[in-house]
Amino acid sequence: MDFVNSALDYLLGIPFLGWGVQIGFIYKALALLVALLVFTAFILLADRKIWAAVQMRRGPNVVGPFGLLQSFADLLKFVFKEPIIPAGADKALFLLAPLLTATLALAGWAVVPVDNGWAMANINIGILYLLGISSLGVYGVIIGGWASNSKYPFFGSLRAAAQMVSYEVSIGLVIITVLLCVGSLNLNDIVVAQQQMGLAHMLGVPWLSFLNWFWIPLFPMFVIFYISALAETNRPPFDLAEGESELVAGFMTEYSASPYMLFMLGEYISILLMCAMTVILFMGGWAAPIDLPPFTWIPGVIWFFIKLSLVFFMFAMAKSIVPRYRYDQLMRIGWKLFLPLSLIMVVIVAFVLKLTGWGWHGGIV
Amino acid sequence: MTLPLFFFYLFAAVAVVSAFMVISARNPVHAVLFLILTFVNAAGLFMLAGAEFLALILIVVYVGAVAVLFLFVVMMLDIDFTEMRQGMLQYAPIGILVGLIMFLELLLVAGSFFISPEVASGSGLPIDAAMDNTRQLGLVLYTRYFFLFQGAGAILLVAMIGAIVLTLRHRASAKRQDPIKQVARQASETLKVVKVKSGQGL
Repeated sequence: MDFVNSALDYLLGIPFLGWGVQIGFIYKALALLVALLVFTAFILLADRKIWAAVQMRRGPNVVGPFGLLQSFADLLKFVFKEPIIPAGADKALFLLAPLLTATLALAGWAVVPVDNGWAMANINIGILYLLGISSLGVYGVIIGGWASNSKYPFFGSLRAAAQMVSYEVSIGLVIITVLLCVGSLNLNDIVVAQQQMGLAHMLGVPWLSFLNWFWIPLFPMFVIFYISALAETNRPPFDLAEGESELVAGFMTEYSASPYMLFMLGEYISILLMCAMTVILFMGGWAAPIDLPPFTWIPGVIWFFIKLSLVFFMFAMAKSIVPRYRYDQLMRIGWKLFLPLSLIMVVIVAFVLKLTGWGWHGGIV
Repeated sequence: MTLPLFFFYLFAAVAVVSAFMVISARNPVHAVLFLILTFVNAAGLFMLAGAEFLALILIVVYVGAVAVLFLFVVMMLDIDFTEMRQGMLQYAPIGILVGLIMFLELLLVAGSFFISPEVASGSGLPIDAAMDNTRQLGLVLYTRYFFLFQGAGAILLVAMIGAIVLTLRHRASAKRQDPIKQVARQASETLKVVKVKSGQGL
């Protein structure tokens, strides 16, 4: 019964019955899940509030003080309504699609280090795992659109498939430039590298650690990554897959109640995942912006979520002030602008690193 | 039974069952989805074998890009499947022959570990257990096999350009936009500010 014991130890470790030696995986996963879902609930509200503020409306303000409990009211409403499945739909796939979207979005968080070493799985190929998970995200959309057996959802899913595959390419190349500087695929290493080298160290002011982060030396890639992340997560101004003026609600048209909620949840969690990737790759992860006492007293997790909220604020502002792109414009930017630009940047960064000997080299001196 | 062994049997069983479903599913979209499930489970097997880089590249490239395009095409096909199934027996002998050859070759590959162990282990590449396999692959791929690697890339590029050239059709009637021209347009070229006297109009 070696197998059962090791499995129980791995999953249910110390807190309840004292199996084995390590703290069970389930508790960690549960803590992350709950924190993430609550954070998502408020991020959703923040999104609507920011959108409303830009348009000089009040936004949701009825449920709870300042409408703070709106997302929870929405949750209850979604759960208690009847999910309607169209008669012509492929029932199994129709229900699988939202589940896939939500599960994959959550699975990506397994490797995100919210503080030094605070990741569910601190694996050596974390960034590749994230890339893989985000490339799988397109299936939820495609399957959902196809299984609905309806015209508009189908158009929506076709658009989404092409869009998400296109922008993955530039995201991959942006990640490669960062990896060239770091020399490791471990997400923890990427953040540590941004603390141990960079502009502030070169200028002789190592306490100004926000100058160390990759957003300064790789600024063009930062911009490309931000825009590609908007397109990859089907956020406005690139929400062609659900453009309501043309496609009703795109791939989500036939969905209602809890399946719809899972789609929304998956979408917002993958948006947060993209924000987290931006924070880790370009904004120094959990590191404090200035390495001096009042800032370093705040724990890394808090800094991580502050930065996450900041990036999300930029996402929300883009949604509220930029008009929606046309589909051919979207494809043009992806293939004719971002792809060559990021390809050239990969070559330039590689040359600079080779000539000057800069870079972290995977922590190996 | 240890934990890795349990996962091995899990991944292997799901891979085999879904591979069978690929050829037996009536709906082609279901078949492609089962193909994707097979890919994912194969990635799991790679992961168990310690080839984590290969596993994730399999997911990123095959599942995330190739299979998406597959699904994309299959979803838009409008095929009558009763018609397609009629000629099936006709192709069966060729299919069985191809399957048989592949099976024999697989047997040879797997058998080489037993027949001549020195072939299987004699790759001559030093494998450093302390190094993760992403770094190892990189070190080998960009030094020893550099030209083969570049050659493979060139072949893929040529194939891609070939496919584009074969399918690209320039239509003279299609209206095109030139974004550079659009952006370069000045307000003075298109706008005229006219002062209108009140009560008179233009």
